[in-house]
Amino acid sequence: MDFSFFITQTISGLTMATLLFLVASGLTLIFGVGNVFNFAHGSFYMIGAYFGYQLVAVWEINFWLALVLAGIGAGLVGMLAEALFLRRIYGRPNEGGFQILLTYCFILIIDDVVKLVWGTEYKSLPRPHGFTGAVNFGDIFLPAYNLLIIGVGVVVVVAAWWILARTRPGKIARAAAVDREMVDTLGVNVPLTMTLVFGIATGLGGMTGALAAPLRTVTPGAGIEVIIDSLIVVVLGGMGNFWGAWLGAILIGEVNAFAVAFLPKWASLFSFLVMVIVLIFKPEGLFAPRQVRKV
Amino acid sequence: MTMKISRTNTAAALWCLMIIGFALVPVLMTSTYQLNLACHVLIWGLFAVAFNMLWGVTGMLSFGQALYYGLGAYFVGLMVEYLGRAWYLPAIGIGILAAALTAFLLGLIVIRVGGVYFTMLTLAFGQLAWQIMFKWYEFTGGDDGIQGIIPPGILANPIVYYYGLLVLVMISIWMLKRMAYSPFGLILRCVRQNPERVRFLGRRVRRNQLRVYIISSLFAALAGSLMAGVDNSIHTDMFFWTTSGEVILMSVLGGLNQFFGPFVGAAVIIMIEDIVGAWTEYWSLIIGTVILVMVIAFPKGLVGELHQLKLRLTQLRARRSQ
Repeated sequence: MDFSFFITQTISGLTMATLLFLVASGLTLIFGVGNVFNFAHGSFYMIGAYFGYQLVAVWEINFWLALVLAGIGAGLVGMLAEALFLRRIYGRPNEGGFQILLTYCFILIIDDVVKLVWGTEYKSLPRPHGFTGAVNFGDIFLPAYNLLIIGVGVVVVVAAWWILARTRPGKIARAAAVDREMVDTLGVNVPLTMTLVFGIATGLGGMTGALAAPLRTVTPGAGIEVIIDSLIVVVLGGMGNFWGAWLGAILIGEVNAFAVAFLPKWASLFSFLVMVIVLIFKPEGLFAPRQVRKV
Repeated sequence: MTMKISRTNTAAALWCLMIIGFALVPVLMTSTYQLNLACHVLIWGLFAVAFNMLWGVTGMLSFGQALYYGLGAYFVGLMVEYLGRAWYLPAIGIGILAAALTAFLLGLIVIRVGGVYFTMLTLAFGQLAWQIMFKWYEFTGGDDGIQGIIPPGILANPIVYYYGLLVLVMISIWMLKRMAYSPFGLILRCVRQNPERVRFLGRRVRRNQLRVYIISSLFAALAGSLMAGVDNSIHTDMFFWTTSGEVILMSVLGGLNQFFGPFVGAAVIIMIEDIVGAWTEYWSLIIGTVILVMVIAFPKGLVGELHQLKLRLTQLRARRSQ
C-alpha cells in the first residue's frame, strides 16, 4: 500500500465521516436532550437535498445561500412535525414504541410527498463554482469538494462546541438532557426548547443533505439509507453523546473507506458488524465511561 | 331480562365466524388475485400476532423480526431451488427449527442488553442478515431473489395451498392465544409491567424473555416459509428493516393490548395497500397518515378502541337501568 493511496482513502473516509457526523449529531442531540428517537432524521436529510436541488438547479440561487436556506427549510419542517405531532405523545406509557412509530409515519409521508413534488427520477446537483476540480499535493490529487466538506464539518463541530459549552441556550439544552423537570421548575420553557432543538437538529440534517447532494444522487430513498448509517454512528458513540458521535463517525467513515478498497464486496457488512459488537460489549457507547448496568 | 351470552361463547362465535369467512374465500372469489390477497392477510396476520407476543405482551420491542421471517422464506426458497420441489414441506420444518436455533443463540445476546439497546441490537442483526443475503449473489440470487418456487404435487393448486395455509395459520394463532392466556402468558405480562417483582416471585425474567423470543421468531419463520409458496418467489426485502417496521405498524394499528389487534391491523394495512394501490402509487402516504392519526388520537388501536367503546356502552346501559 503506497502512501498516496493511503491519503486518498483517508480523505474519502473523512468526507464520509463528516457527512455522517453532521446527520448523526442531530440525531444524538434530539435523543440526548429530548429522549426522542427520531427515526425520520434521514428524511429531513433528504428534504434538505431536494430543497438544495430546487434552489440551485431550478431557481439558480447561489450554492452557499442555498445550503443555508435548505437547512432552514428542513429545520422549519422539523419544528412543525415536532410541535404538531411528536409533542402529543410525550409521557405516554410505552412512549419509545410510539416515537418510533410516529417518526416512521413521517418517513412514509415525507418519502411520498417528495415523490409527488419532484418525481421518482434521480436528481443531481453540480458542485459549486471553484470546487469542481482537484487539489494536488505533489503527486496526490484530492477532490476539492471533499476537502470543502471536511472544512465545513470542522466549522460545524467548533460552532456546536461553542454553542453547547459557552452559550445560554446550549447550557439550557444540556441541562434539559440531564433533568428536564428541574429545568422546567427554573422557569425555562422546556417544550419550546425541545422544538428548537428539534429544529436545529433537523436543520443540520437538511443542510447536510444539500451539502452531500453534489457527491451522491438525490433520490426518494436517500433518507432510508442515511438513517441506518447515522444510527450506527449514534449507537457507537453512545446514544445522546455528541462527541461520541463525532468519533463514531470518523471510525465508521474510515472503516468503510478502507473496507471498500480491500474487500469491496463485503464492505457494507462492516459497519453493521461494528454496531453489533459495540452493542453487545458496550451498549452505552464506545467512548462513554462504563456505567452500572440496570436490569 | 335478556339472555346472557358468556364471554367464552362470544369469543368462540367470533372464531368460527373468522374461520368460516376465510374458508369461504375460494368459493366466493372471482379471481386468484383475491385468493392471493387472503393469503397475504393470513400470513401477515400470523406474523403480526407472533410479533405482538414480544412487544404487546412482554414489552420487548424487536426491530429485527424480519430476520426470522426471511430465514423461513429463504430455507424454503433455497432448498426448493437447489434440492428440488420435494423438499418444499421438509424445508418449512427445517426453516422453523433453524429459526428457533438462531433465535436461541441470538436471544442469549440480545436479551442481555435490554431496553432501547435491545431494539437497536435486533435491528443491527436483522440488517446484518439482510446484507449477507444481498451480497451473497451466487447462492441467494442477491437483489433478484429466487423466482419460480412452486409447491410440490397437489399443493401447486392455489386453492389447496390456501386451505393448507389456513389450517396452519389458524392452528398457530390458536396456540399463541392459548399461550398468551396461560400462566406463562401471565408471567410475560408481569415481565412487561414490573420485571423486579417477577424476580421477587421467584421467576426468572430473562429465561421467560428468551422463551417468548424463540416462540415469536419461530412463528415468524413459519409465516415467511408460507409466503414463499404464495408469491412463488423470495427476495431480500423480506430481511430488510422495513419488513420489521411493517409488523410494528400493524400491531399498533390493530391494538397492542389486544390479542387479535395485530391480526386486524395486518388485514387493514394489506387492504389499504391493495385498494389505495389500485388508484395511486402513493399508498405509503395514505398509510402513514392513517397511522399518524391513529397514534395521536386512538392510541389503543382499532380493536382496543372498539373494546373501549363496548365497555362505555355497557356502563351507559347499566346506569340507565338503575
